[in-house]
Amino acid sequence: MARLIPLATAIAELVAPGSTVALEGFTHLIPFAAAAEIIRQRIGHLTLVRLTPDLVADWLIGVGLVDRLIFSWGGNPGVGSLHRFRDSVQQGWPRPLELEEHSHAGLVNRYVAGAAGLPFAVLRAYAGTSLNGIHPNIRSITCPFTGEELAAVPALNPDVGIVHAQQADRDGNVMIWGITGVQKEVILASKRSLVTVEEVVDEFGEHANSIRIPEFLIDAVAVVPGGARPSYASGYYDRDNDFYLAWDRIARDRDGFLAWIREHVERRADA
Amino acid sequence: MPEFSAREMMIIAAARALRDEHNCFVGIGVPSVAANLARRLYNPSLMLIYESGCIGAKPTRLPLSIGDSELSDTSMTVVSVPEIFNYWLQGGKVDVGFLGAAQIDRYGNLNSTVIGDYDHPTVRLPGAGGAPDIAAFAKEVFVVLDQSVRSFVPELGFVTSVGHFAHGRTRHEWGLPGGGPTQVITNLGILVPNEGELELRWIHPSVELKDVRQHTGWDLKISPDLACTSEPEEWELKELRRLEER
Repeated sequence: MARLIPLATAIAELVAPGSTVALEGFTHLIPFAAAAEIIRQRIGHLTLVRLTPDLVADWLIGVGLVDRLIFSWGGNPGVGSLHRFRDSVQQGWPRPLELEEHSHAGLVNRYVAGAAGLPFAVLRAYAGTSLNGIHPNIRSITCPFTGEELAAVPALNPDVGIVHAQQADRDGNVMIWGITGVQKEVILASKRSLVTVEEVVDEFGEHANSIRIPEFLIDAVAVVPGGARPSYASGYYDRDNDFYLAWDRIARDRDGFLAWIREHVERRADA
Repeated sequence: MPEFSAREMMIIAAARALRDEHNCFVGIGVPSVAANLARRLYNPSLMLIYESGCIGAKPTRLPLSIGDSELSDTSMTVVSVPEIFNYWLQGGKVDVGFLGAAQIDRYGNLNSTVIGDYDHPTVRLPGAGGAPDIAAFAKEVFVVLDQSVRSFVPELGFVTSVGHFAHGRTRHEWGLPGGGPTQVITNLGILVPNEGELELRWIHPSVELKDVRQHTGWDLKISPDLACTSEPEEWELKELRRLEER
């Protein structure tokens, strides 16, 4: 049963040091405010799971809270490299980063198997690529019906799944519309879950391409208006493309990055 | 004759390649510019599919990312990311996949993961994303990238996406159902595979053969039917510039 609690309380209760945390949102609805709160509480040694570790991952990696990253694409979309991610992989700063790297389909299907309560997922990918063999979580399996060789990836059940959504109702049911990414799969696959929302409403309206997630699947809902900025929340605010462009300069330099985090993340209490 | 840059020639050549296609799975950057240009100039019914789940997107301005609201707001439908990869791509519904990469080899294999040793890379690139799946499943793949000895290499250190022959087997032997790269469109010309190996089939206006050879890291085969790409027309350039201004 979802409880409506402040973000700081939710993060303190749900995210333990050393846990596996999935932060999802496929370009849309990225839970930046939740990541900022993890930084303020200095919860470290995390395994971060994210299909597209972009700016939100750069923050967490750059301040040294991530030991291991499970991902499929690490860049600044439409802009270029992710400098803090690159620095940790190439130079080990501020700490070495262990990688478990997939294609989107591979990681997506790890969540799907996790949500479905299966030990692994089958997909027709990875054949012939160098991704095969770089870590033990991509293996092959023979189809018992056709004899075909297929790829297998193990189920992923994060300790905590965190996503942002547009709305919750007073019971803690959640509604998302626009690009829904893997929001549903992450909540269904995770042992505990937190959804930050733009607002609480008395009743949900109708929106094209919407999904609703029942409250009993969610542990905590925290109201954080603007909680996805600088990404966007369809119906609330647009993506701050200028900030994504500016991030290239901010994150390029270690000291500049740390100064930016102090100024814009650590000194700012959550709503 | 209108003035144009090598980049403009590359984008227009890529857009022209989509003239008769039904749908196209689009990555961000040059592929997205080319696909949107094609929809405006030659193929208004071209269905654009983005990996964020946006199907039938009709953006009025170019998106910065594959998941801008401009895409979801203008799409015919938006599906989840598991659905786009499992049902649409793996399910064989995509006609053309449009890919860029940091490096390519003579077989059309692509590297977008690392330069150098995987564990101690010289350059850590963003990684696979949807590229290996697009390369595996789209009925055909168009690759767009700038041609240089750094990008057109004799051997890839890392094969992110499979072309026609990788790690000792053909793509058919690897069990990949899609057709693989059918065109590699660069700032200098267009390469097409002949028995799995890329050869230069078209050369862009005012580019010389020695330039293309100089910017290829292997002994490039030249098609006996080598021809010159037709120059960008005034109206093509005008629409491209208008699109990129927005």
